[in-house]
Amino acid sequence: MVLAPILPSREEELRALLASMNDGPGRVNANNALIPFAKFDNLHFARLVILDDKTTGDARLFGLRREPYPLYLAFLGDMDGDENGFLEDLARVAPDGLRKLFSCCEGFGDGAGLLNWMKEHRKPSIANYVNWPGRTVRRIREEAALQEAVESYLHKDSSLREMSPREIHAKLARFIDGEKTSGRLTLSEESATPPGWWIRNLLHLVGVPLLVLLLSPLLAVLAPFYLIRLRRLETTDPELCPAVDQAYTEMLSRGEDHYVTNQFSAMGSLKPGPVRLLTAIGVLSTVNYAARHIVRPGRLGRIRSIHFARWVFLDGTKRMIFCSNYDGSVESYMDDFINKTGFGLNASFSSGIGYPTTNWLFLDGCGDERKYVEFLRRHTVPTQVWYKAYPGLTAVDLERNGRIRKGLEVSSLSDREAGEWVALL
Amino acid sequence: MGCVTMSEFDDADAQGLVRFAYREMTKASYALLRVKDAAAARAWLRSAPVTSAVEMNPPPATALHVAFTAPGLRALGVSEPVIAGFSHEFRAGMAQESRSRQLGDVEANAPENWSWGGPAREPHLVVMFFGKPEEPYETFVQDSKGPAWNDAFDTLDTLDTSDFGGVEPFGFTDGISQPEIDWDQKRKTPCTQLDYGNIASLGEFLLGYRNEYGKYTDRPLLDAGDASAGLPAAEDAPGKKDLGRNGTYLVMRQLRQEARMFWQFAKQQAGGDNAAAEKLAAAMVGRTRAGDPLEPIQEQLIPGIKTKQGKKEQNRFTFDQDPAGSRCPFGAHVRRANPRNTDFPDRPGNALTKLITMLGFGPRGFRDDLTSSVRFHRIVRRGREYGTELKPEQALAPASADAPDPECGLHFICLNANISRQFEFLQNAWISSTKFSGLTGESDPLLGNRAAIPGCPVTSDFTMQKGGGLRLRVSGMPQFIKVRGGAYFFMPGIKALRYFGHDGAVPVRGMT
Repeated sequence: MVLAPILPSREEELRALLASMNDGPGRVNANNALIPFAKFDNLHFARLVILDDKTTGDARLFGLRREPYPLYLAFLGDMDGDENGFLEDLARVAPDGLRKLFSCCEGFGDGAGLLNWMKEHRKPSIANYVNWPGRTVRRIREEAALQEAVESYLHKDSSLREMSPREIHAKLARFIDGEKTSGRLTLSEESATPPGWWIRNLLHLVGVPLLVLLLSPLLAVLAPFYLIRLRRLETTDPELCPAVDQAYTEMLSRGEDHYVTNQFSAMGSLKPGPVRLLTAIGVLSTVNYAARHIVRPGRLGRIRSIHFARWVFLDGTKRMIFCSNYDGSVESYMDDFINKTGFGLNASFSSGIGYPTTNWLFLDGCGDERKYVEFLRRHTVPTQVWYKAYPGLTAVDLERNGRIRKGLEVSSLSDREAGEWVALL
Repeated sequence: MGCVTMSEFDDADAQGLVRFAYREMTKASYALLRVKDAAAARAWLRSAPVTSAVEMNPPPATALHVAFTAPGLRALGVSEPVIAGFSHEFRAGMAQESRSRQLGDVEANAPENWSWGGPAREPHLVVMFFGKPEEPYETFVQDSKGPAWNDAFDTLDTLDTSDFGGVEPFGFTDGISQPEIDWDQKRKTPCTQLDYGNIASLGEFLLGYRNEYGKYTDRPLLDAGDASAGLPAAEDAPGKKDLGRNGTYLVMRQLRQEARMFWQFAKQQAGGDNAAAEKLAAAMVGRTRAGDPLEPIQEQLIPGIKTKQGKKEQNRFTFDQDPAGSRCPFGAHVRRANPRNTDFPDRPGNALTKLITMLGFGPRGFRDDLTSSVRFHRIVRRGREYGTELKPEQALAPASADAPDPECGLHFICLNANISRQFEFLQNAWISSTKFSGLTGESDPLLGNRAAIPGCPVTSDFTMQKGGGLRLRVSGMPQFIKVRGGAYFFMPGIKALRYFGHDGAVPVRGMT
């Protein structure tokens, strides 16, 4: 994520430039003149969002005075490989467009050092979630083509209907082999993950628990005080979840539901004090660790509809941004979350000012569904530009296509396996 | 909401439609009105003979109901702060552009093409008349309207209904599955439901009572004062008057059904064989024409599904024993509309397995846990057919070249306390979703609009899964049902109705 304050005098111009990247509200032109996203074959999602937080005044609830924050422009991308490499590609492919956009930000100057400027303005996230680590855009596209080839073959050959799953599997495997040989279909081997990544990942895998272990005597001593304080805050921290302004929610919805997947950008201020801050850092670090090392691919708890998500601190640790890419409408997204992983929502967002009252960090909170829905909507900011490399595919589609491919790569399946595999088609 | 005093359901205040379907009253029509003169309209509302939900013996021979759109409340003089207490979706209306994308009301279904409810054809209120066949229906309608009716209202449209004898226009028995409302508020909420049940909290269907989350849905709460004196007290806000209590949202959609197109398509797919066509049609619906589910009736009773003496059991089933969709396809209409699932897949036996599932380490099958728990997404349906019936036997015969079929369809009506979580969710995430339950390329076989979406050019398939073999996939389904009109209404309790009718007493302030 690249983040920079917008020059107030250039805000209007920037908004017009961002709008020019779309065919209409919420519908990006993937080949737009400023950043032709479609040219990047390693880019899953991208968004440009003006971080226009309408809720900064909420800090008053805690008697805090906040200097007005600048408006920021955030440019987020979810890509294969590392972000520096992507920024280099960006600077090479779309230097003029990027200069136009970033010249509306503070300190950009004449744009001579575009790449360095972007690198200097990189903003790390405190937590990241990737639906399926290691699944590249290329692989997604190849597997989608595979699924289509299988589908059209099945459409033509009615003799398959009489066959057993194992026979169907064998026949399709032969067909796909033929398609591959003839060059009509490509299913690339994944390029090896660089050893550096493995080493870093291993260090992270071992290092974080080690650190927690080292700190555990201290944590054990602090825990009772922490809990007493947290319980006290939970009983006194005010809620702020009024019904959202009708015009605001209608404006947000104009950018939504154009595709099977939607974007979500939200921001807000954190409650003051070390207990809430430590809670936020602790919970999000846990989310990040679990997402990286523990969770099953394709699932975040019980949720199977999130492609990418990230949490980023802003203005030190005063504010937080949450951005995600999810399948379905915002209503089903919120419902899924409340009912399936309400505990996770409570833990990760209850440090935000105004969040519905939680108990013991994990309980209640978003269980007050109406308050939570209004809270979330109130903190949602419109996303000016949003790109998805595979607009018609949900995360579940991607999983199905991957499972189809995986099944084809096994030469002999048991009856049960073959039955499950054929049920994917 | 520290202080909550639960009180009993007030059947004398709620309008009867939420409790009764009036099956005996086979005559019905809905007057879509615009307020011509607010004072005259309020005068009519003050004395309108609206039917309550009190159970009467013998049941009444006629019934009258009234519900308002947000512009309707405005036209009556209800103040903006009061209207702002209603839900976002009610205030925005069904025909709002982004809502149309969510509901599938695009292309042929778009509100621009509606005969009512679209831009410039928005009703202010609907007055619904029901009568038993032996009753002098016209007299009842005229008496209910009274002398000042024409001064008060302009009639935008009068929607007549037909009685097809319990079948919908494609010829399938309709209205079998309805949630059982927990009138006595015995249901403990919040809870975790591990078995499918058909009982829904009162607050899912009436405002001012606790819903499935154990909470109260937003609605206008007013300060006590002269104008609001007649309103019920708010359970969850001491000292406040509850304008929503005993009221509900009424969703109305006029759905034109192309019966001949439906049956001709089924017949063509079946190679001209009528019996096979009926089988395909049953797979699309998820029930036979007689209303029997494609799943076996289970031994175990389901809470809220009553066994009636001498009546065939058609609702005591779930899809638990059909995880592959072999008997009832995943995409069948009844499986989309009511997946009959629970809060957890695979019924975790203890707290540990529950925790394992919650953390995402439960079942790992492709279709596991893809569908939200149904108890948060129930609706009460009160729809009626309209137009001229074309029986399946007729529809299977070729159309006559010179006489087009007369229009028929459904005036779909449903009641719910939270339009966005109930009707809209159902319509968006389940009925019109092309990605429901791990499917792709198909939406509801009956209601789908077949419109392409970016990256998904085809949405006109229908898949019948087959255990131990390759699924059967029908493609190129035309659009069988078109949306012809629609609106979101608020159907108030009778005290709230009188409040809306109170002359000059609609407060400007006093909102919370």
